[in-house]
Amino acid sequence: MGFLIDRRNNPKQKSAVNRQRFLRRYREQIQRSVSENLKGRHITDNDRGEQISIPTKDIGEPQFHHGRGGQITHVVPGNEEYTRGDRIARPQGGGGGGGGREGSPDGEGMDDFVFQINQQEFLDVLFDDMELPNLTKRQLSGLEEFKRRRGGFASDGAPSNLSIVRSMRSATARRIALGAGRRRELRELEAELAALPDTAEFEDRKQALALKIDELREALARIPFLDDVDIRYHRHYNEPVPHSKAVMFCVMDVSGSMDQATKDLAKRFYILLYLFLSRNYDRTELVFIRHHTVAKEVDEDEFFNSRETGGTVVSSALDLMKSIIEARYSPTEWNIYGAQASDGDNWPDDAPRCTTLIKQVLPLCQYYAYVEITESGDKPLWQTYASLESEWGDVFAMQHITGPGDIYPVFHELFRKQSA
Amino acid sequence: MAERIKREPLSTESDWTFELLEDYEREISRIAGDFGLDTYPNQIEIISSEQMMDAYASSAMPINYHHWSFGKHFLGVQNNYKRGRMGLAYEIVFNSNPCIAYLMEENTLTMQALVIAHASYGHNSFFKNNYLFRTWTDAESIIDYMLFARNYIAECEQRHGISAVEDVLDACHALMNHGVDRYKRPYPMSLEEERQRREEREAILQQQVNELWKTLPVSESAIEQREHRFPEEPQENILYFLEKNAPLLEPWQREVIRIVRKVSQYLYPQRQTKVMNEGWACFWHFHILHEMYREGLVTDGFMMEFLQYHTAVVYQPPFNSPYYNGINPYTLGYGMMQELRRISEAPTKEDRDWFPDIAGTPWLETLNFAMRDFKDESFILQFLSPRLMRELKLFSVVDDENLDYLEVNAIHDEWGYQKVREALSANYDLGNLEPYIQVYNVNVRGDRTLTLRHEMHRGRPLEQGSAEEVVKHLQRLWGFDVVLESVSNGEVKSRIAHSELSAAV
Repeated sequence: MGFLIDRRNNPKQKSAVNRQRFLRRYREQIQRSVSENLKGRHITDNDRGEQISIPTKDIGEPQFHHGRGGQITHVVPGNEEYTRGDRIARPQGGGGGGGGREGSPDGEGMDDFVFQINQQEFLDVLFDDMELPNLTKRQLSGLEEFKRRRGGFASDGAPSNLSIVRSMRSATARRIALGAGRRRELRELEAELAALPDTAEFEDRKQALALKIDELREALARIPFLDDVDIRYHRHYNEPVPHSKAVMFCVMDVSGSMDQATKDLAKRFYILLYLFLSRNYDRTELVFIRHHTVAKEVDEDEFFNSRETGGTVVSSALDLMKSIIEARYSPTEWNIYGAQASDGDNWPDDAPRCTTLIKQVLPLCQYYAYVEITESGDKPLWQTYASLESEWGDVFAMQHITGPGDIYPVFHELFRKQSA
Repeated sequence: MAERIKREPLSTESDWTFELLEDYEREISRIAGDFGLDTYPNQIEIISSEQMMDAYASSAMPINYHHWSFGKHFLGVQNNYKRGRMGLAYEIVFNSNPCIAYLMEENTLTMQALVIAHASYGHNSFFKNNYLFRTWTDAESIIDYMLFARNYIAECEQRHGISAVEDVLDACHALMNHGVDRYKRPYPMSLEEERQRREEREAILQQQVNELWKTLPVSESAIEQREHRFPEEPQENILYFLEKNAPLLEPWQREVIRIVRKVSQYLYPQRQTKVMNEGWACFWHFHILHEMYREGLVTDGFMMEFLQYHTAVVYQPPFNSPYYNGINPYTLGYGMMQELRRISEAPTKEDRDWFPDIAGTPWLETLNFAMRDFKDESFILQFLSPRLMRELKLFSVVDDENLDYLEVNAIHDEWGYQKVREALSANYDLGNLEPYIQVYNVNVRGDRTLTLRHEMHRGRPLEQGSAEEVVKHLQRLWGFDVVLESVSNGEVKSRIAHSELSAAV
């Protein structure tokens, strides 16, 4: 006879540790594969993990094997036509015809080793060795969030928090304490009763004892099994949790010169930044500002999809950003990030005003990144911003992007871990 | 087949429940007992496909230490399974006492009954009775030992870092097949003993190593013995040699080598008895389920489903089929076991000529004898019958690198039976399949170079790329230069030296 055991509800992830070990060991190859895949990745794919493929020869586990050559005798089933002494031309490209046993482990021509990683692992790999500059500055701002925590027991509370174990424990203790004297008396009387000889002269005494015993028993029975004073409740209290929040301003030029492909590139950059911020902050809010000659705060859908024409006045967006910060996102409470994407066009007369405004905005920000999506360098806006890099180097950065393949490297460059 | 008994079958539906499985298990157990199958107690566990993949990944060990290669294996299986490129086994059985069998929850009731008979009674009785398992494995203590191994390696990782432990494990895994004793019986071990002895061993080992490598002046007589090799006899258990003699290893590293060695040793009998083990299990699931049918315990539909699975398992595609992937061990083993029964019960003239000892003897005894005292190589050499060779149409082909053609040197005819049988038997000899490599010499007085010798079998060379990689691993454990020579007829044919490899890189 055997035992049947249902193991289906056991924890499934028995191999999780081994899997992590594998990812850890081949981090470099995985990273290469991730950045390779990123080029082809769609904007809507952010909840998804990633398929990784690594050349099989990189992850081999070598052992001693026989190579080709020497003399081998194969025994093979299914003979239809051969008799002893027949000669067969050596099959080309592997021993398939002569005998499948000799699948030679030379590793060449083998497929890549392909597997899936989940979103979390994907992000870990993606943002490995990157960090947010000036992260700690306002991290502990705002204590208005609380977390409920268990903290001992209380004698009052809601029925749902009743602690049965504790309640029964104190009930038991109370019953023992209240009944101890009477029980001792009861035991003594019972012993005496049992010791009395079974003759008539002790009959009175016996009756008296029996009466007393009954009284004691009743008194003991009257001790309540569970009393109000016994009830205990789990106590919870609110613990303030330091918590960090960030707001990310996406600023984009939507004038006629920005075509859909350019906007897609910008969108990918924003998505990376958003994912990155979400990993570092408990809460990340997004503000979308699009502009041509006037700036407007819009929702995400409109931000990426609607199209307008007209000239470009960048200062309008900076102006709006500044007033939104003042109205809603106090820099003492929020970590503010700005990301601006543009094809670099700007109204020539706007440059001085732009410079003034960005200099007012930058002190409010943790970081402000400008990416210019253009084939040819040094457009007007680039020139306007170029002077900022020296003065505001720790807060401000700008980069060129020409195609989808650039986005991740540029992003990587912007947020590369600064060696102290 | 005997008269069928009319009776209410155990069930008529195809979905299993725990109650039904218990009913089936009870009946199977009874019938197996009637046939005299001697088994460890059974522990049958129902698991999900994901857990099955976990079991795959850790060499089917219920407990194993952590290593990236298991993770890689898991990812590979998972990926193939999710894309429908491969199915998972219906069961996995582990050689321990009690004998643990994992059954997939997706199996139908028929399949569950089949795998209970196959694994929990077939394989189980093989584990308990075959001489290799009896000699080399301790079913009682393996779970304890694996627990010890896992904890010890986790402890090492905490103390020395994951990478350091990984380096040693990688190197050991590369040499895993060369970490078994073929002729010596290992000690039985238990968790407590193992822990106690470990500490003593660490101390003594280090002392011995120090003794071997001490640089104090040596007496005249020692210098005279310079010609002597160390080790005096070549040693085939490379991991054992390294564990005991590598000069630079820390005690914990020696212990890790020992753990890998023990695991390898434990799995060694399974590699040597694949055909027999599967054949035995198939033979018994076939006969047990037929007996159930005869007793009216299962329906016609059940049998049809069972026979479909059974024939799929024991199907042997011919060599020119696209499905051909070598000889199917299930077919060969099952066919041979069935033949043994037939030869015992109803021998022909040919059988009497070939198997005078067993023709006409009680079949259960014959089968038990064959199961107990053989391994694949000797089993085939002894019992592969001409009739089965004809059925499978076996023929043998010689592939010689000096000739530009292959030659059919024997087929399934009177002249060739013996040759085919010998050739097939040799193909199951692990000594021929795996390169035969021994520790040959250590330059004890000089630069401590370790020399290994590969005794070439019928002129077969080593696969160069992987051999170089393994030599690198060897060097990591040994700490000094390592040379691997391939030798044929006492003459060195090729040579891989670690020092030259490093220079090339």
